[in-house]
Amino acid sequence: MTVIFDGIASGMLLFLISVGLSVTLGLMNFVNLAHGAFAMLGGYVCVTLLNRAGVPFLATLPIAALATALVGVVLERTLYRRLYAASHLDQVLFSIGLVFMSIAGAHYFFGAQQQPMVLPEFLQGQINLPGLDIGVYRLFLIVLSLAIAYGLNRLVRGTRFGAQLRASVDNPRAARGVGINVERIFTLTFALGTALAGLGGALGVEMLGLDPSFPVKYIVYFLIVVAVGGSGNIMGSLVASLILGVVDVAGKYYVPQIGAFVIYAVMVVMLIFRPQGLFGRRAAR
Amino acid sequence: MAFRKTVAAIVVALGAAAPAFAAEPLKIGMVLPMSGPFAAYGKQIENGARLYLKQNGDTFAGRKVELIIKDDTGIAPEISKRAAQELVVKDKVDILAGFGLTPSAFAAAPVSKEAKKPMIVMNAAASAVTTKSDYILRVSHTLPQITAPVADWAAKNKIRKVYTLVADFGPGHDAEAQFKKTFTAAGGEIVGEVRTPVKNPDFAPFLQKIKDVKPDAVFLFVPPGEQTVAFMKGFAERDLAKAGIRVIATGDLTEEDILDAVGDNALGIINSLQYSEVHDSPENKAYVQAYYKAYPKDRPNYMSVSGYDGMQLIAKTLEKTGGDATGDKFVAAAKGMSWVSPRGKIAIDPATRDIVQTIYIRKVEKVAGKLQNVEFDKVADLRDPGKQ
Amino acid sequence: MQAALTLDLAPIARADRWRPAELAFWLIPVAAYFIFPDNLVLLTQIAITALFCLSLDLILGYAGIVSLGHAAFFGLGAYAAGLLAAHGYGDPLFGLVAAAIVTAVLGYVTSFLVLRGADLTRLMVTLGVAMMLYEVANKLTSITGGVDGLQGMEVLPVLGQFEFDLYGKTAYWYAIAVLFVLFCVARKLVHSPFGLSLKGIRLNVGRMPAIGAPVNARLSAVYTIGAAYAGIAGALLAQTTQFVALDVLSFNRSAELLLILVLGGSGSLYGALLGTIVFMSAHHLLSDLNPQYWQFWLGALLVVIVLFARDGVMGGLRRLGAALGRNK
Repeated sequence: MTVIFDGIASGMLLFLISVGLSVTLGLMNFVNLAHGAFAMLGGYVCVTLLNRAGVPFLATLPIAALATALVGVVLERTLYRRLYAASHLDQVLFSIGLVFMSIAGAHYFFGAQQQPMVLPEFLQGQINLPGLDIGVYRLFLIVLSLAIAYGLNRLVRGTRFGAQLRASVDNPRAARGVGINVERIFTLTFALGTALAGLGGALGVEMLGLDPSFPVKYIVYFLIVVAVGGSGNIMGSLVASLILGVVDVAGKYYVPQIGAFVIYAVMVVMLIFRPQGLFGRRAAR
Repeated sequence: MAFRKTVAAIVVALGAAAPAFAAEPLKIGMVLPMSGPFAAYGKQIENGARLYLKQNGDTFAGRKVELIIKDDTGIAPEISKRAAQELVVKDKVDILAGFGLTPSAFAAAPVSKEAKKPMIVMNAAASAVTTKSDYILRVSHTLPQITAPVADWAAKNKIRKVYTLVADFGPGHDAEAQFKKTFTAAGGEIVGEVRTPVKNPDFAPFLQKIKDVKPDAVFLFVPPGEQTVAFMKGFAERDLAKAGIRVIATGDLTEEDILDAVGDNALGIINSLQYSEVHDSPENKAYVQAYYKAYPKDRPNYMSVSGYDGMQLIAKTLEKTGGDATGDKFVAAAKGMSWVSPRGKIAIDPATRDIVQTIYIRKVEKVAGKLQNVEFDKVADLRDPGKQ
Repeated sequence: MQAALTLDLAPIARADRWRPAELAFWLIPVAAYFIFPDNLVLLTQIAITALFCLSLDLILGYAGIVSLGHAAFFGLGAYAAGLLAAHGYGDPLFGLVAAAIVTAVLGYVTSFLVLRGADLTRLMVTLGVAMMLYEVANKLTSITGGVDGLQGMEVLPVLGQFEFDLYGKTAYWYAIAVLFVLFCVARKLVHSPFGLSLKGIRLNVGRMPAIGAPVNARLSAVYTIGAAYAGIAGALLAQTTQFVALDVLSFNRSAELLLILVLGGSGSLYGALLGTIVFMSAHHLLSDLNPQYWQFWLGALLVVIVLFARDGVMGGLRRLGAALGRNK
């Protein structure tokens, strides 16, 4: 039982750190490999506020998200915007360039070592039930990710903004024609994506650690979740994260000898049977 | 001019140079990970090396020392080899030094062998490194050397059943093998063992398993860094300490650079290593003080001391040879050299060119509000057990 | 009617001919040998990476298959050559051939996985295959040496004549020769009907079966060839470094390769070569200038290139050429 719970929690963490990418890559069709850099920024904001300024952990989370979104908007206005029409490969080159800069920048400002992080008392420890040990922080992650998944899904599927966004991505010219401010929509969406990245980064520090190589270290995991879930599909990402998390943790528990293979094997098999991802739309272009 | 220099370098490379270099600068080329995931290693080693020059003057036996630092980005053997080769061929260094990771040292060893240049290894820890060229001298430690003492200590101190958890890669396998060997020879029992994936964001499943088995202690060896942090967090979260399980490890997992990131969860870890910031000796007090003065943002750790001692070895050897840094003479003079380092008394084994040093058993405690490895036991003058 | 059907094939035939600029380009390695005699190891590694990049260009630039796991073949080739050399079969050319065969087999087998799905799926499947291979090599530490590296490689002299020396002269000419030969083969290949059909597939998959081109067979063939090229590049690196460690299979290597190709401009053989030269020289110079923070400047360089020169260095050159042509 505990294994399943840990698997779910681990999946939720995957979801939290990659959902922002699902927004930029999936909804905006921009291959933003700098996603990890934004997550790292969120992490550093959170850690710095926590350790240097003594801000309570829960308060650092929204600040981390906002600060990251702010940086995201500035970059979007100045740089990203010029590349919406560029090929995916150019976008890759550009965003990897940003990743390199962010790594060196983090190294310069914060040093190469791991950042310390201490959770507040009430998020530490475990609740012990018969046959099931629940880590409090893990529970916190699960609740939070479910809330985010629900909120995002509502936003994209059920609001006017969501409809405008989908219209702008699918056909910017027509969207402009019916009076949608496409640039504004894109800026807002990008801000949303980076805010989620920052939030995920801040939440991930506790379990993933934080040092300047963060953006490269976990890039593979972000991509796996988005690819398996089907890009641009929030629920898909959620389900994919869950499956990957549970299978990964269970695999490591029961057959540690092949623990490292499990996540890749699952990914390849899933992609072979569902090349568009679990809930993928037919190729957008 | 350039032509003559080249000729001179080739002659030196062939090991047949005449000793007319007393006035020539001494070039030391360091290959270190200065960027990438292991950048902290490079920084510490460089800090230590530069600190020695600052304290003792940058002239060794009449020759002015010039440090040239090349970044090999971490585990990238072809870059390490390229850097070493360029240092020898282009920059015409007299001595190669540094080498943060084992593959870098392995890849660069043939350069030292062919060019007959002394190569001072300052961190790479696989036992076999020194066998790859007759010009390699090691001033840091070997993995078996820091693994065996803690195994021995555990067996003698009422730890009967140990569960080993190591990362699933070469060094992990070596640490596991050495621990098992020493621990079972001393009468202990291994009740379980697991090798965790090297890239492992979550220790939860393994910790759960350990909790189910309830050993007296867990022996831990993972790549130092976020994995130690994650393991100890999980360990605390699951209250394994309250279940009577202790953590024993090699001391590189609780070195000063990482300790703050692990936080209070590290309290009570028993480990073994050659250097601690709070090692009680006048040499170390002076070293620590000078270090904080020079680098107020960093904490001195065992890698910085290796950089420091590497320079000290070069300085002492050159005094003995009268400034001659050619491979054969240098290595012959360095063999058997012994001196007092901030970590205690150390020596170069004349047979293996590897380091002989005291390994301390330490416990992580809070000293004046700071997490420290407090030494409480030791194995004196230990040779590398991996070569026996 | 008859006249309308005869096509003028002259431009296609002409494309196959060597242009003066190309000949000039191949004088660069000869000149480099004399200008930078102290940097031969770097130049050798540039040549090897260029070959590796060429192999990705064949499958990405010409056939449109994106891969984030090309290091799988590079690494396999490196280990094939490395293991042979460690077990007494140290002849370099034999090692190259063996590496090519082994990687071609792997390439052929995995091509069937890669053919399914769109870009993102292909990206992740290739990545998954490479990561699994990495884990296998790590697991088999007793054979491969794992992260610490393979011990005991003894590489014999090239052709029994030229020994690998400290200055890297043999290694340099050896790598350049292999690169040149394989480049010529690739050049022939992309201008052949086979190469043209690949281009057609990339530009319009739907229409190619209509003119009788078997799409999947063609893609799987080019993927196999690309794999063999990457394997040879890996073997070259193993032999010239005389050392192999796990990093040959790493994700970073695949990702960096993709970066280099895009930087150079995919879909042009010279783009692959130029991208490698630019990227690796920049890396080398910057890391010499600033060993700790060179990545920042490299990143800035990439961003600037994307913003001002779409389609990489080749695209920039082409536009420059066009602009100059107009001025004349």
